[in-house]
Amino acid sequence: MLKALTLLLVCQLLGETAARALGAPIPGPVLGMALLLAALLLRYRGRADAAPDWLGGTADGLLKHLSLLFVPASVGVVQHLDRLSNEGAAIGLALLLSTLAALAVGAATFSAVARLTDRPAVGPERKDGPTPPPGDGA
Amino acid sequence: MIAGADDIWVYLSQAPLFWLTATLVAYGAGHWCYERSGGNPIVNPVAIAAALLIGLLTATGTPYAVYFDGAQFVHFMLGPATVALAVPLFRHLPRVKATLLPMLAALVAGAATAVGVALVVAGLMGASRETLLSLAPKSVTTPIAMGVAESIGGLPSLTASLVVATGIIGAILVTPLFNGVGLKDWRARGFAVGVAAHGLGAARAFQVNQIAGVFAAIAMGLNGLVTALVAPLIVHFLPG
Repeated sequence: MLKALTLLLVCQLLGETAARALGAPIPGPVLGMALLLAALLLRYRGRADAAPDWLGGTADGLLKHLSLLFVPASVGVVQHLDRLSNEGAAIGLALLLSTLAALAVGAATFSAVARLTDRPAVGPERKDGPTPPPGDGA
Repeated sequence: MIAGADDIWVYLSQAPLFWLTATLVAYGAGHWCYERSGGNPIVNPVAIAAALLIGLLTATGTPYAVYFDGAQFVHFMLGPATVALAVPLFRHLPRVKATLLPMLAALVAGAATAVGVALVVAGLMGASRETLLSLAPKSVTTPIAMGVAESIGGLPSLTASLVVATGIIGAILVTPLFNGVGLKDWRARGFAVGVAAHGLGAARAFQVNQIAGVFAAIAMGLNGLVTALVAPLIVHFLPG
């Protein structure tokens, strides 16, 4: 746990530093994620099940409660109650419809292109792929 | 000598301990409601926690800055958690590599839809220009969205709220929508919610299915990049 947290923080720190140094429009933690992925690939090339338990356990624990981490930011809406009471209907409808549309368009596009590019010969991937053979009964 | 309740409150309300604890308790309450509802996505733990905490802040007249002094310890963990996304990504990399084309297509289509529909709907309903500019980057992760809002002339703190609201809406809609249309491809479901509703969408996806979570996390990262580049262009075409 301590080892994993240290590794995560080191990656984040390197990512923040790189983001500042490069003036990139990417947040440091996202660069840190890329860095950790690169490190895992170098260390355990190819073997997807090889991520060590000490790291996997901490990562899974953090991600299981990911939505908790958004609570402080979500309370920030309290600073904008005035604007929300004036423009609340426009903002609410815009958020609702755009999110619904983006979900539908995103998933439809992904499925349509995946149907063209998914090869039946992907092998072990196939059994939980998107197009189970007819009669699979799922 | 025993201190009066007022004195104790004055001390507690200014110390990080109180608001940090309140944040965890409020989320615990939200999560309890969610479990009690049998996992109904409409009973969103983040929305419940935010409502409870906003009620408490309003009732006690506490400014958001004082609240955030305590809650920032939870907020801070978003950074390491984002880095930790590399682990599930690593575990499922072969599957991810096999779907580069569908991801790129869904990314462009989903990102453009999110920005475009939001601006058109809010614009038609008479939202102010400042609101529109704050609305444009609302589907991407908070730090990027705030940066984009600032660079195109929106209000970064308003954008932060709209980002979270979008995430909650996406997390609520995603499961009923895709179950309703019978979409069983976890990759498509996850990727779509990551594009439309960033980290909160990914958090929801991880609750439902690992594969969906991985694709949501990738979509979130990629959409941050795309929106940072594209939102200024789209906003260029706004009237006024």
